[in-house]
Amino acid sequence: MSGEASKAISTEVLWGGHRSPFSISYGKMMMWFFLVSDALTFTGLLSAYGFARHALGPGLEWPIGEEVFRSFPGLSGSYPLMYVALMTFILIISSVTMVLAVEAGHRMDKKGVVKWLFLTIVGGLFFLGSQAFEWSHFIHGSHARVTLADGQIAYLVENPHHGEAIDPNTFAMTMGHPLNGEVVKGPEAYKLYQSAISVVSGANMTENEYGPTQYANFFFFITGFHGFHVTTGVILNIVVLSQAMRGVFHRRGHYERVEKAGLYWHFVDLVWVFVFTFFYLI
Amino acid sequence: MPAPGLGELNMERDDIIEYGLQSGHNEEEGRVVRKKIYFVTALLSVVTAIEVLLGVFWMSLFPNSWHWVKWTFIMMTLVKATYIVMTFMHLGDERRSIRKVILMPYGLFLMYIVFVIIWESLYVHHTLRIFL
Repeated sequence: MSGEASKAISTEVLWGGHRSPFSISYGKMMMWFFLVSDALTFTGLLSAYGFARHALGPGLEWPIGEEVFRSFPGLSGSYPLMYVALMTFILIISSVTMVLAVEAGHRMDKKGVVKWLFLTIVGGLFFLGSQAFEWSHFIHGSHARVTLADGQIAYLVENPHHGEAIDPNTFAMTMGHPLNGEVVKGPEAYKLYQSAISVVSGANMTENEYGPTQYANFFFFITGFHGFHVTTGVILNIVVLSQAMRGVFHRRGHYERVEKAGLYWHFVDLVWVFVFTFFYLI
Repeated sequence: MPAPGLGELNMERDDIIEYGLQSGHNEEEGRVVRKKIYFVTALLSVVTAIEVLLGVFWMSLFPNSWHWVKWTFIMMTLVKATYIVMTFMHLGDERRSIRKVILMPYGLFLMYIVFVIIWESLYVHHTLRIFL
């Protein structure tokens, strides 16, 4: 990228007043300062998550991402982490279309800016829809944790959603672990199930079938706060797109507002890269 | 002299440099920039794919190596973050002074808070193990 920032200017001139020593406009610098403060917020959230997980007392186990997130919309069976990987990929690609919009703006190519910004918005909306699916699946659950009368933990092989009646002959539970525990089947298992102390299906703010309460709370707060940022970013991009279409930036002589909206959008992608690693992978 | 109407009030300032006006580039430079963008796109996609495959198959590929897999994830994430910030957010193209203003305070705080969460959570964990 050419421009003022890449010019060789002596320190005396740069810091001598009447100009930005950083060769950067006021708006762009303030966007960066906002992003640093926002990054601190997300650092705080992910640190709190790390603290809660690391400080966990004995007898509790933190769930593993590839065992919790295994569903893919429209497909039955299990696809560990595949859908969240697709979401990550879509957000990265929408970041790429955004940087291409910025590049088109540097060439004063209005058509290019409109095209790439539009694709960025489509990517953002796709990501938001995917997050709604993830939340819905997380809240409804897939294995329901059962605490049996003797205190043992079992998981339903198939969770009867929407209060459907259970057929004792096809009923099955896995002992101790939702995926690779020992399987118990039939009316006998159903009897155990009926005398259970408690059944937790899915997740809410006070209990969940996956693990400690805090696990679901952090999931809701961190991915929810990130989703809120994505929503804001999509709205910002729509505003900038409408201005670009009306030729506001062309008359002004530069497309710097696309660059500023782009900074925010890339930041949202950057945060997701970290959420993906610390929440789903580790 | 009559009071100036809104149309005559000229609020334009001539002492502010509009840096946006100078940030443009031509077709030739654009091609170079786009090439770099495509390179970073490929890199981010490949790293993400490796992360997901490692996340799903690490147990069968490298049993009992969680410690190393975990640090591999963190290193890969930092590589991705560096490319997003330096290329996509163009921080690598800005002056070194603004780069430092943005990265150094955050970096210092990050090191501090990582130290605190590891240190304090270990303490809480050991305390819980003694009393529970």
